Amino acid sequence: MSLPFTIARTHLVSKPKQTIVAMLGVTFGIGMFIAMVSLMTGLNDMTEDLAMTSSPDIRIYHDITADRSSLAEQVNPQGINIVYHTKPKNESQKVHNALKIAEMIRKNPEVRGVSPQLTSQVFYNYGPVQLNGTIAGVDIVEEDRLFDIKAKMREGRIEDLIVNPEGIIMGKGLAKKLNAKTGDRVVITTPQGFTMTLKVVGLFQMGVGTIDNVKSYANISMVQNILQRDKSYLTDVNIKLKDFHLAKAMAPQLQKTFGYKSEDWETANATMLLGVIIRNILTYSVSITLLIVAGFGIYNILNMTIMNKMKDIAILKAMGFSGSDVRKIFMIQSLIIGLIGSLAGLAIGFLLSSLIVRAPFDGGDVISIDHLPVNFKAKYYIVGIVFGIVTTAIAGYMPSRKAANVDPIEILRG
Amino acid sequence: MQVLKAHKVTKYFYEPEKFQVLKAIDLSVSKGEFLSLVGKSGCGKSTLLYVLSTMDTDYEGELEIAGQRLTGKDQNQLSKFRNAHIGFVFQFHYLLPEFSVLQNVMIPALKLARYSPHEIEERAYEKLTMLGVQEQALKPSNKLSGGQQQRVAIARALINDPDIIMGDEPTGNLDSYNTHVVFDIFNELTQRYKQTIIAVTHDEEFAKKSDRIVEMSDGKIVS
Ligand SMILES: Nc1ncnc2c1ncn2[C@@H]1O[C@H](COP(=O)(O)OP(=O)(O)O)[C@@H](O)[C@H]1O
Ligand SMILES: [Mg+2]
Repeated sequence: MSLPFTIARTHLVSKPKQTIVAMLGVTFGIGMFIAMVSLMTGLNDMTEDLAMTSSPDIRIYHDITADRSSLAEQVNPQGINIVYHTKPKNESQKVHNALKIAEMIRKNPEVRGVSPQLTSQVFYNYGPVQLNGTIAGVDIVEEDRLFDIKAKMREGRIEDLIVNPEGIIMGKGLAKKLNAKTGDRVVITTPQGFTMTLKVVGLFQMGVGTIDNVKSYANISMVQNILQRDKSYLTDVNIKLKDFHLAKAMAPQLQKTFGYKSEDWETANATMLLGVIIRNILTYSVSITLLIVAGFGIYNILNMTIMNKMKDIAILKAMGFSGSDVRKIFMIQSLIIGLIGSLAGLAIGFLLSSLIVRAPFDGGDVISIDHLPVNFKAKYYIVGIVFGIVTTAIAGYMPSRKAANVDPIEILRG
Repeated sequence: MQVLKAHKVTKYFYEPEKFQVLKAIDLSVSKGEFLSLVGKSGCGKSTLLYVLSTMDTDYEGELEIAGQRLTGKDQNQLSKFRNAHIGFVFQFHYLLPEFSVLQNVMIPALKLARYSPHEIEERAYEKLTMLGVQEQALKPSNKLSGGQQQRVAIARALINDPDIIMGDEPTGNLDSYNTHVVFDIFNELTQRYKQTIIAVTHDEEFAKKSDRIVEMSDGKIVS
């Protein structure tokens, strides 16, 4: 063992209280960082996951609420035109040639699946209960390729929908509200007032309340039928890519090519993903604050130690220790504090994370989880220990340099 | 044989105002010599000793110890040189309080690493025995009396078999009994082991008994 290390260790051991206080500062900083980052990134991953599993990477639809210029503006583009209360035109939500569009998009090698479909607002009636919801007419096999519906079926199978033209697969939350079970018949009413009785052939659960509590799948022709539309009436083209990160770049291209609004999943889930950013900011600002406080603690303690050890430093230098030997002695002290403090912090962080993940947590109607999602990734533990050691190294550097520059003559002169 | 040669050593202090503290000092010290540096308080004894010890590099003139020219060397080289060639004894013992007596004596040798730690420990015991404090070896250094601590400090100064031992009032803080003890030790070191010693002192009795007295006055050697 090197001599500076031995001396550093002896200094630390001879002042155990001071050493432990300095270490605890780092331990709390790193422990909090690990616990927070594990939970927050767990939540982030879950949020992203839910956004990914429940919405298509890109959705192409006819946006009838889009701003349009008023007639006055078209006639007199240079003039000052004030038109109050412009209302949207009575346009159909139909996406023309949806099947052709789907066919063309399928040819792109980046695309995993395309599901043209039609959706509509409907009322669900079951006995006296009437609920607002949506119905999607889909090719369930295509839809399964996009959203892995098979894995999300809680009752029944997707094939039941194919063989049963009057069947629907209902969101589990919606079924629960309606008190409907597989095999029951529910009445659907469209906004135009048409009604139809359909048979529940299965229940699915995506895990997000905003879908499970309102949505059902039916066959395309069935929904066209309810809405009294022709065989070409489709309102959406949903796309899943092989790499969902490409969605943001691809959506505007599709919008340009086909002339219909195309929205990527990030835009569609903007509010949900805003939470991700806020959680990241929170995690890092709290952790960095704690570490800075720990850093100041180490700085203070080391400064005090060096003040008290001026004579020792002077005699060491007189006996032949160089400035860098002296600096090493104190840098090693702060690094030992940093290393042990950080390791203890990782342990505390792991313990806290294990407690959090064990605590029962009811996501209620919104998200179907029974405990909080916590990440146990080695990456964050490595970041934690690097953080801890870098902080203590920075905090220890200035006092150590001061020690290295001590002029022994000033102190030893009798 | 000359262990130490100083030629025209001159030094100024600039604070609070420019003031010449050492004036062209020439000094040669032979091997085995026990030299006392005396003079009125403030005449520049300590300042000269720190120049001779290589810790103070801010001077004009030349310094040579054990055949090596030290003027102009950088701090790292000088640290190494002090470690191997110079032993220090100060007015206050300056033992490291966290370490045992034995460890205190061993530290300069561990730094030098000329011998294995095991050999260094043996040698440290030898030095402590020579100074009559071997029983205290495993005690914490701050549990010893003032006289014992100064003897440990001398053992520490001797551990690397230095060419020269320098002391700035090494008995300045001791009672007359311990002053005698330290003097006898220095005497024996020079007589028996041919150790060279330079000690700043204002104890006349102590100085008189040494081999050679160098008296300073106002930054000059007067006799
Ligand atoms: N760092 C310094 N700056 C300015 N003047 C100093 C400094 N150190 C010592 N002196 C002055 O130099 C002179 C010699 O000091 P010193 O060598 O300590 O004397 P001595 O050891 O002989 O008593 C004194 O006048 C002292 O005040
Ligand atoms: Mg003096």
